[in-house]
Amino acid sequence: MSSAAVGASAAAASRGHTRRPSTLTIYRWELRKLVSQKRTYLGLGLIVILPLFFVVFQNVHQRHDRGAENIFAAQITQSGLATPVLMLLFLSVFMLPLVAALVSGDVVANEDGNGTLKTILTRSVNRGQVFAAKAITAMTYAAVAVFLSAAVATVAGIASWGFQSVRSFSGTVVSAPEALALVFAANAIYLIPLFAVVSFGVLLSAVTRNSAAAVVGTIGLVILLYIVSGIPGLEGARPYLLTQQFQNWQGLLRTPTDWAPITHSAWVCALYALPALFAGYLVFLRRDVAGG
Amino acid sequence: MSDEAQPVRARGLVKRYDEVLAVDHIDLNVHVGDVYGFLGPNGAGKTTTLRMALGLIVPTEGVVELFGRDPMRHGARALEGVAGFVEAPRFYPYLTARKNLELLAALDGDGACTRIDEVLAVVELSARAKHKVGGYSHGMRQRLGIAAALLRRPRLLILDEPATGLDPAGMRDMRELISRLAEQGITVLLSSHQLPEVQDLCDRVAIVDRGRVVYEGALTDLRRQGGAGYRLRTTDDQRALAIVRAQAGVEHAGSGEHGVVFQAQEHDVGELSLALAAAGIGILALTPELATLEDLFFRLTEGGGLHDGAGGAPSAGASVAGAIAAAGRDGTATPAAHALELG
Repeated sequence: MSSAAVGASAAAASRGHTRRPSTLTIYRWELRKLVSQKRTYLGLGLIVILPLFFVVFQNVHQRHDRGAENIFAAQITQSGLATPVLMLLFLSVFMLPLVAALVSGDVVANEDGNGTLKTILTRSVNRGQVFAAKAITAMTYAAVAVFLSAAVATVAGIASWGFQSVRSFSGTVVSAPEALALVFAANAIYLIPLFAVVSFGVLLSAVTRNSAAAVVGTIGLVILLYIVSGIPGLEGARPYLLTQQFQNWQGLLRTPTDWAPITHSAWVCALYALPALFAGYLVFLRRDVAGG
Repeated sequence: MSDEAQPVRARGLVKRYDEVLAVDHIDLNVHVGDVYGFLGPNGAGKTTTLRMALGLIVPTEGVVELFGRDPMRHGARALEGVAGFVEAPRFYPYLTARKNLELLAALDGDGACTRIDEVLAVVELSARAKHKVGGYSHGMRQRLGIAAALLRRPRLLILDEPATGLDPAGMRDMRELISRLAEQGITVLLSSHQLPEVQDLCDRVAIVDRGRVVYEGALTDLRRQGGAGYRLRTTDDQRALAIVRAQAGVEHAGSGEHGVVFQAQEHDVGELSLALAAAGIGILALTPELATLEDLFFRLTEGGGLHDGAGGAPSAGASVAGAIAAAGRDGTATPAAHALELG
């Protein structure tokens, strides 16, 4: 190792207080790390391929499912804007929670397992900042997955069946531009329960310190809640199950807009998300970092 | 907060994992300018102590302060002016070395990003800066760990086994680098299994065994306390040994491979030389030697104590103190020839 630069680099020992980085800086680097990892694209690839596959399948079979139970399924070949709604109906049940769990369950545990958590926690950042940046990063990833899926489904649908008006769940005709805005607003509303899933994933990631366990645990919670919602006699609990909130975005696609399920979803999801995030924060703040 | 505060001050530090007491009331005092060796066998609690010092694990009891700040209370502020790594330095394998340092510099703030080229040059990784760390050798990662530490312009450098896994040239380079950093005024807390390295570099040491500090202080004091040994060659070693044993103030006398070995205070050695001369025995050589750190380390961590000597494991090319330790057991110094190997 060269000696010449050592003095210059090491001699000037800092005497004043270090100006510490903001949580935004940590968040930006969390995103960079996410972008640099191949597995980040596995989940995104999945939710891009599915809408494309759906559109290709519909084109090949030329189905005109006018007798379908779902009003948007009946309009599938009449307007390309029915495609993103149908895809959200389909993906919101399990696929998007799965993709969200892949990153949220991994975001803390992976660094713990690789020993890089100790590397960043011995810099000028507080644990709370690191936890916040990681949680927001996992939520950003979930949001990107949702809107990417919506964008691909919209583009593919419009390319196949045109930019036409659609009928809402209430049967009212909605102009194409308004329908487009509603499609993306509905996806934004869907983020509310999805962020609750992410919060639970981040909690498990901090507690278990094991990526696989945290991802499986998060998906397990979703499956468990679906099972609970199907148990006879527990109908009274259904409105408060997280999985029931996955479809509450549909209130936005009624005329007039039905805000009741959306506001209900907001506070029910907050009851899941906030305690999970707070517990994860406390665990992360006081835990031993002994890995690596 | 005073800049004169001790770089590291630990009081009653305890870490318990269920039934296992990993660290048992450790006190440490690292002063400004020290190159402080932190020694102990595997499992003695060194790394756990360093992790507590860096705020990575929560002490069960006690407190450790860095420049007067407790990482548990002050968080990242306690690490201002402090850098280093515990166990192997870890980086993101999917990022290049430069990107890793950019990330860490961003987390350091304070203009650390302007020093990236400089620290890469210090550790001679400039040419490989654009390569992903996943393809780096162990030695290169160790060097990158030093570079990452230097980004922070530390006043205190905490290094846990920095030379582990390096080839002899890498170890020499690492030793020289630490030495140069110390000359620049950086206080160094060095945990190491390389006892000759510690003996060369460190002025103060703490030796831990089974979670407790068994010695803390100046290395020269430790070696002095370990006993000033003497090696004596005469024209008649047989008779000389009898005179040495009879001499007041002389302890642990025995015959070594090359003469007589014994322990004594300096003024008693003067008396002894007169007694030998009076007996008509010519002194060919009378050589004082301090105990090596290796001898003392084994005596403290395996034997009965610093002054006892019993139970010590003399090392290759064992010192007089090692021979004396053996003489203390059976009266015959037999320095072992096996190589020292610390697990």
